[in-house]
Amino acid sequence: MRRALLLAPAWGWLLLFVAAPAGILVAIALAEPDAGLPPFRLAWSAQGFGTLAADAFYLEAVLSALRVAALTAMLCLLLAYPMAMAIARAAPRRRLVLLALVMLPFWTGFLLRVGAWIGLLRDEGWINGVLRRLGLTEAPLPLLYTEGAMLLGMVHAYLPFAVLPLFAGLLRLDPALVEAAEDLGARPFTAFRTVTLPATLPAAVAAFLLVFIPAAGEFVIPELMGPPEAQLVGRVLWQEFFQSRDWPVAAALAVALLVLLILPIRLFQRMEARR
Amino acid sequence: MTPLLQAEAITKRFGATLALDALDLAIGEGEFFALLGGSGSGKSTLLRIIAGFEAPDAGRLLLDGRDIGATPPWARPVNMMFQSYALFPHMSVADNVAYGLRRAGVKRAEAEARIAAALEMVGLGGFGRRRPHELSGGQKQRVALARSLVMRPRLLLLDEPLGALDANLRERTGFELRALQRETGAAFVMVTHDQEEALALADRVALLDGGRVAQVGPPRAIYERPASRFAARFLGAANVLEGRATAAGFESEEAGATFAGDLPPGTVAVALRPERIRIAAAAEGPNTARGVVEDVAFRGDDSLLLVRLSGGAMLRVAHAEEDGAPPGRGAAVSLAWDAASVVALAS
Repeated sequence: MRRALLLAPAWGWLLLFVAAPAGILVAIALAEPDAGLPPFRLAWSAQGFGTLAADAFYLEAVLSALRVAALTAMLCLLLAYPMAMAIARAAPRRRLVLLALVMLPFWTGFLLRVGAWIGLLRDEGWINGVLRRLGLTEAPLPLLYTEGAMLLGMVHAYLPFAVLPLFAGLLRLDPALVEAAEDLGARPFTAFRTVTLPATLPAAVAAFLLVFIPAAGEFVIPELMGPPEAQLVGRVLWQEFFQSRDWPVAAALAVALLVLLILPIRLFQRMEARR
Repeated sequence: MTPLLQAEAITKRFGATLALDALDLAIGEGEFFALLGGSGSGKSTLLRIIAGFEAPDAGRLLLDGRDIGATPPWARPVNMMFQSYALFPHMSVADNVAYGLRRAGVKRAEAEARIAAALEMVGLGGFGRRRPHELSGGQKQRVALARSLVMRPRLLLLDEPLGALDANLRERTGFELRALQRETGAAFVMVTHDQEEALALADRVALLDGGRVAQVGPPRAIYERPASRFAARFLGAANVLEGRATAAGFESEEAGATFAGDLPPGTVAVALRPERIRIAAAAEGPNTARGVVEDVAFRGDDSLLLVRLSGGAMLRVAHAEEDGAPPGRGAAVSLAWDAASVVALAS
């Protein structure tokens, strides 16, 4: 009874902010489009999902979003491992400072950071300006609105989500394990590959998912920094909702993405349970 | 003959702390050597320098007469057993033992035979497929030993090898360690803070204090003949009595006694072991003292008496059970000891 009381706020929160919105989303996905306001009529129609299945455009949008998200998550892991290792090995007092530095970008608004990148990368931006003044280039380099710029923005935005779980995992790792590996003849990279990485694999998977999942639905960075042809699912969702105003198709797409992203989480949980 | 390992004036600082202060040491082939000291004595730092995890700020480290100061840990023919054992949690016991052989590129068939032999040697034959978390503390310790010994090191470092074991397991494991050392012929260098462990296991003991070797020698020699007040107190908790050398012998005002014996002129204090003092009928002449029993603690095979001497010093006296019931608290006693039991301390 007391347990139920203690859990009540959590269940209430989940019901109000997770279950209810998801229910509304599914209801809209099954509705029929309508010219009125709201732009749908409740029904039991598979029309929204039918549109998704019929047009390969949607599948491509999902796949390219997953590709960009996976690339972002991999790059984040690659950068976050050395950062997290350095922080975990630092003296406790310096550790706090370094962690604060990792979190520092969060103190600035998200859009402001994207705006700063745009200011740096655009044709009349700082980087091109410096290159021209040094006489290294004549025409501005196309930096912004490229896949590289998009990935840069994504990695910058999501890096802390990768550093924190890895740091927590590495902190629990007995430093003697790495020393034991080196003592037994492993060079530092071999020791990392055979001991540090496998021993912190759950933290690495958590870090990957914490970046991958929000990155898969990311809309702002591809829109503001990515190439125009990058039709990622987040952008397509936005267009369906606000430009085509086809809410059932947009909702169906959101539901499909949600189901697709729950899969890796379930896999991770299975893997954790087996250990 | 060149020693297997030679440390020459090794110095190491951590910030403002001097961990090792121009330390010299030589360890022979096939020797069981103990580095004994309290916390902050530098014993663990020295072990980590030998393994290659720390670099000395000054001094040379020679293995077979060759300077290995710049050799990284993975290239040193030295292996270490860690205090936490440091078994790889994501690998089976056999994979743990195989780790070093794989790095060395040992052929599969040979590796498997060596792994089986190493596990057999530590009494864990048939445990190869277990995971470290399925093992008891004693079994983990054996896996760690097997993982090091399978590399056939000429020098094995052991960081508090018995430290994490239950008291009843320690004695047995200690004997097993010695047997393994004889069997493999490797030199074992063990770090410990427990003087009983060091005395029981090692062929030679180096007593470390403040980053220097206070005394080095076979266990019996350094136990019987401590060279300094520190050594006398650390090893077996001897009584140390201050005084000065005179024509009659060594006069200690705080003991209210004169010590006669083979005492060189430079003697600044004397050490007297609790078990070398007996209760006498009367206190007459040198090597006797009078006091009052302040407390008695029964220890099984003997009782420890705290005796306040007439000069004011407190003396620890071990009273053997076969000598009958010990005097009670408040009893006035006369004490006597043999001249041969008096150890002169020069510092």
